[in-house]
Amino acid sequence: MQELINIFVKAIFVENMIFAYFLGMCSYLAVSKKVTTGVGLGLAVIFVLTVTVPANYLLQNYVLQEGALTWISEDFAEVDLSFLSFILFIAVIASMVQLVEMAVEKFAPALYGALGIFLPLIAVNCAILGGSLFMQERNYANITEATVFGFGSGIGWFLAIVAIAAIREKIQYSNVPAPLRGLGITFIVTGLMGIAFMSFMGIKL
Amino acid sequence: MAEVLDKESSKEELIDKVPKEPLFSKKNRKLLSDPMNDDNPITVQVLGICSALAITVKLYPALVMSISVLFVMAAGNVIVSILRNFIPNRIRIIVQLVVVASLVALVDQVLKAFAYDVSKELSVFVGLIITNCIIMGRLEAFALGNGVWRSFLDGIGNAFGYAWILLAVSFFRELLGSGTLFGYQVIPDAWYIANGGFYSNNGFMLLPPMALITVGIIIWVQRSRNTKLIEE
Repeated sequence: MQELINIFVKAIFVENMIFAYFLGMCSYLAVSKKVTTGVGLGLAVIFVLTVTVPANYLLQNYVLQEGALTWISEDFAEVDLSFLSFILFIAVIASMVQLVEMAVEKFAPALYGALGIFLPLIAVNCAILGGSLFMQERNYANITEATVFGFGSGIGWFLAIVAIAAIREKIQYSNVPAPLRGLGITFIVTGLMGIAFMSFMGIKL
Repeated sequence: MAEVLDKESSKEELIDKVPKEPLFSKKNRKLLSDPMNDDNPITVQVLGICSALAITVKLYPALVMSISVLFVMAAGNVIVSILRNFIPNRIRIIVQLVVVASLVALVDQVLKAFAYDVSKELSVFVGLIITNCIIMGRLEAFALGNGVWRSFLDGIGNAFGYAWILLAVSFFRELLGSGTLFGYQVIPDAWYIANGGFYSNNGFMLLPPMALITVGIIIWVQRSRNTKLIEE
């Protein structure tokens, strides 16, 4: 249990997708003009990360890794398919996003209306593929750990986009130098927030 | 006799005037030069920032990354442009992802074989070229609607636009952060405090947030020189 909480807190604060790795910056910058849209995209990212990281974890451990195919037959012990991981991961993510989109459209039309345009965008959000690739690199012990990691990363991304959207709404009333307006100041503010988030470094539960 | 000659020469002129575009016509050159400044993928189109910032601590990995992106961009644009009339519209994103993912897998294997250290250093960021928004963005916006040669030029142009920002950021971060360029010491050893000098490296430049602030400053400089890019 303690290990799980540790992974969770670490994924949100210490290894925050935006502030420590800059993953998902494109949509982070493009969709953070208003808090409401930021919240919508953030929720969608949490959801998709929580689903795709464990799915890819299963794929990694039962298909791709060296010796992962032994559950079919002992003959496959030396097969190493990890060079296929990029293609398979992205395929899982793209189809998962499509699936989620259809399910949400059918069962929760109100949520679909709110998330609608953002859902397909998520397939090409670096944070999602990044979550799966970090999961692969860090070799989590079991599927619960991988799920908690995915969920935590999603929450971290959500926090970051809501925070920057709120700051950008306020910053409109400030007198920013003209060439810095818009994109420039957003970069610098994100950098400052990243410095603040660095104070979480080294936290271990 | 003279008349005939005249006619012939005018015929040739006509043939010349048939709009067969030279390979590097003005329009095509614009495809290459625009992404450097006016239409830069990072500072103006805001694409491809995800992987751009995390690997700019040192110049060498940034250079390797730029070359990988250059290859994937150019090849991806060409392939999608060849296939553009056969890809069903509804599944085009998945088709594009598969094309890009195969190219990136190729780059990844080559890096692992010939530049193992760098490939370890870049870790997940090689894989993240797949979701690099520049590549998807250019495939969507350009390669799907343009011929092969123009798509190729567009890919090269945008990759160079991406590369120069990457190299500029990593130049400042490596110079100020570790006092080296491409791993070679450029700040004289005698300057350092440890050797009785006055200088010390700014370790802060090595930390992730400084990449964002460096890009912010580059945008500031670029927009104060090129005022038509200023946002309201």
